[in-house]
Amino acid sequence: MPYTLTVNGKSATVDVPADMPLLWVLRDVLDLKGPKFGCGIAQCGACTVHLNGVATRSCVLPIATVAGKTVTTIEGLSADGTHPLQKAWAEMDVPQCGYCQAGQIMSAAALLKTTPRPTDPDIDRAMAGNICRCATYVRIRAAIHQAAGEPPVHSTRSDE
Amino acid sequence: MDTLLVDRRAFLKVSLVAGGGLLLAYELEGPAVAQADGVFAPNPFIKISPEGGIVIVSKNPEVGQGIKTSLQQVIAEELGVDWKDVKIEQADSEEAKYGPQYAGGSTGTPTNWDNLRRVGAAGRVLLVKAAAETWGVPEAECEAVSATVRHRPTGRTLRYTELVTKASTLTPPELATVPLKDPKDYKVIGQAIPGVDNPKIVTGKPLFGIDVKVPGMLHAVYEKAPVFAAKVASANLEQVKALPGVKHAFVVEGGEKLDGLLPGVAIVADTWWNAQSARKKLVVKWADHPTAQQSSEGFAKRAAELVSQPPTKTLRNDGDFDAAVAGGAKVVEAAYSYPFLAHAPLEPQNCTAHYKDGKVEFWAPTQLPQPGRKLVAATLQIPEDAITIHMTRIGGGFGRRLRNDFMAEAAAISKQAGGVPVKLVWTREDDMHHDFYRPAGFHFLKAAVAPSGKIVAWKNRFVTFGDGETFASGAGLNDTEFPARFVPNLRLETNIMPFGIPTGPLRAPGSNGLAFVFQSFLDEIAVAAGKDPVQLRLDLLGEPRIVTNPDGKAPYDAGRMRGVVELVAEKSGWGRKLPKGTGLGIAFHYSHAGYFAEVAEVGVDTTGKVKVSKFWVAGDVGRPIINPSGAINQIQGSVLDGVSEALHQEITIEGGHAKQGNFNDYPLLRMPESFPVEVHFKDSDHPPTGLGEPGLPPAIPALCNAIFAATGKRVRTLPLTRTDLRPA
Repeated sequence: MPYTLTVNGKSATVDVPADMPLLWVLRDVLDLKGPKFGCGIAQCGACTVHLNGVATRSCVLPIATVAGKTVTTIEGLSADGTHPLQKAWAEMDVPQCGYCQAGQIMSAAALLKTTPRPTDPDIDRAMAGNICRCATYVRIRAAIHQAAGEPPVHSTRSDE
Repeated sequence: MDTLLVDRRAFLKVSLVAGGGLLLAYELEGPAVAQADGVFAPNPFIKISPEGGIVIVSKNPEVGQGIKTSLQQVIAEELGVDWKDVKIEQADSEEAKYGPQYAGGSTGTPTNWDNLRRVGAAGRVLLVKAAAETWGVPEAECEAVSATVRHRPTGRTLRYTELVTKASTLTPPELATVPLKDPKDYKVIGQAIPGVDNPKIVTGKPLFGIDVKVPGMLHAVYEKAPVFAAKVASANLEQVKALPGVKHAFVVEGGEKLDGLLPGVAIVADTWWNAQSARKKLVVKWADHPTAQQSSEGFAKRAAELVSQPPTKTLRNDGDFDAAVAGGAKVVEAAYSYPFLAHAPLEPQNCTAHYKDGKVEFWAPTQLPQPGRKLVAATLQIPEDAITIHMTRIGGGFGRRLRNDFMAEAAAISKQAGGVPVKLVWTREDDMHHDFYRPAGFHFLKAAVAPSGKIVAWKNRFVTFGDGETFASGAGLNDTEFPARFVPNLRLETNIMPFGIPTGPLRAPGSNGLAFVFQSFLDEIAVAAGKDPVQLRLDLLGEPRIVTNPDGKAPYDAGRMRGVVELVAEKSGWGRKLPKGTGLGIAFHYSHAGYFAEVAEVGVDTTGKVKVSKFWVAGDVGRPIINPSGAINQIQGSVLDGVSEALHQEITIEGGHAKQGNFNDYPLLRMPESFPVEVHFKDSDHPPTGLGEPGLPPAIPALCNAIFAATGKRVRTLPLTRTDLRPA
């Protein structure tokens, strides 16, 4: 049956099974490939989007529960890739394979909304649901600090 | 003289390295081709045109190792262009054009470093010549800077894009003798340039295999037996076909070869979710299979029995081990083991294939496209040249995508579905249940140390897996593995157990288990001998020299290893006093032509919980470090990856199949467990080698040795959850 929701500022109506997770609606129906499939059980965070502003794992969220709500994906985080986190991620060269990074950025963006100057423990808590298989955690942490407008808490690179 | 120390363990890369140098000579025979649209293409890697600008083609798959950036820096440098003016294009799999194209064995840098510098320089030489002829001046009076040729005496300039037509009529220079830049003039090589795909990654653009979309494409899932290679006895296909969105459901015959097309049931639907939902209603009866009784527990029990029986074979027998033990002051004995591991790249296996009229077009995230082509050709019985492979960005490989089972599956499903383009996407559980696992291993060690502190005898009985006397993939031991050739009386023996588990290379194959065992056991010897662990290692390495086999092969540069051991000891403040419950541990390992030593600082609390506070790494991979940003990222990731394996990871075989299926029972390291990693590269006079793998192996024993320093408890089996680390 049809469900209407707001995705990246635009209204979208999709006619899909009620149990179809938001992730697959975004990827295969609305053709937004930013949110990624990694585990299907809300363990890895690659599918993270904002649901009414809150970081949410879209791979276990049936579309029926999302109707009428507002969804932001990595594609809608900024108009032109200039969110401070996107800039920090690209400039500080955080990605290796890059597969998890959209989810990482969406979790970090939710953190900065509530906690503009996060401490390392804040980052540990907010980012614990996102796996980076390449283990770029050192740079993810540094990039969050940079986007928050402060120098990293500890030196993370030998060339600094 | 610089000698590239090719690591013998990775047989794959040795065979692929061979022949790499011939291609470009072939490609550059005859004049450069001016294409009808006015593109100057002196070789397959460079395209310059007024409309398209400067394009450099990236030949290898990008799997997160950063090769799509670093190798193009090499070409850009010698071509004489600024990085900001370059566009990077991903090549298709066309080895006749580009030479070997693969991501494996940390070989991308060493096998391309020389060739691609010459490729870039050849383009520069032609463009300079074109400008000189245009002006009627000697080439020697011209120089190339920032995609512009400048005539020094007059200051005249011509942009590369203005020289396209003229340059295309010239005969390219011999690659072997083309002049290369002096490293002191490098402007692009050695720069910390962010990954070329970063802007697309941070904005969520489609890049990966799983993001592929082609017209008319359907979505597929593929159900295989939990017991590897078991056949389909029956399946409720008619019921499945009637489910919403399902277009096709059928049995794929498949074979017995574990790295080929295995039997299963395919469901093809309009969306992946509909295919996967239908799969939940699929009921398959699997045929009995002889490997259904295999288990990790059974393998461990068998290994313990085999150690008291004669070895399957003796790999090495130097001096007289028994006599040395009889005369040795102190004997140290220990048994070590490590489990099967999954690769678990975050992008699950997937592949898009379109079979049509005896041809197949692929969009494939594969580390090894050419063998994928061969596998598909053999599986579908079509010629290799009927197969086109577009290489997508890859969401992590770690060796998993050196196998191309997903390509064979996607092609077979597309064909059997009547030639419709199909995107096959595995679930995480598919991925973990049908991996090519890092093989488990069992080591029984004995060593003797003289009163002087010198290690005089070393024996390792390695119980592993394989067929007859042949090691399974990833389950071998080289007869030159350190400390072979550094201990006078040394014996390496193996027992090889037959099994039916698919195994394969996991990042730093072999080394990722062996370094843990040998570098931990060295620590035990240091403790028994009352020696400092760093000093024991330096004494064992001895004077700086290159140790080789009698035939000159398998060189091990003791001086380079000493260099990184001394550097990491200095940087980590080795020897400093630490509070109770904390400790430092050191380990080193040589693999993939890289020399690495690492120190871990670790705390263990009263509940036995391990907290890593920091790692220091010293590596020697020659010079230059082509991209310091990518290089440091690789090493930091390698160390955290190694610690993740040690802390958490284990695949248990039960009833012939893998028990773990997702990140809830196969946990990976997360942000709260991460720690700073300080990386130092030793500036050494050797050509540059790869960084994807050699940083990982020492991380695990450094961690375990630090745990011993903190607690007095020796970790002899992985993961750490198997050892009670609470203070006594």
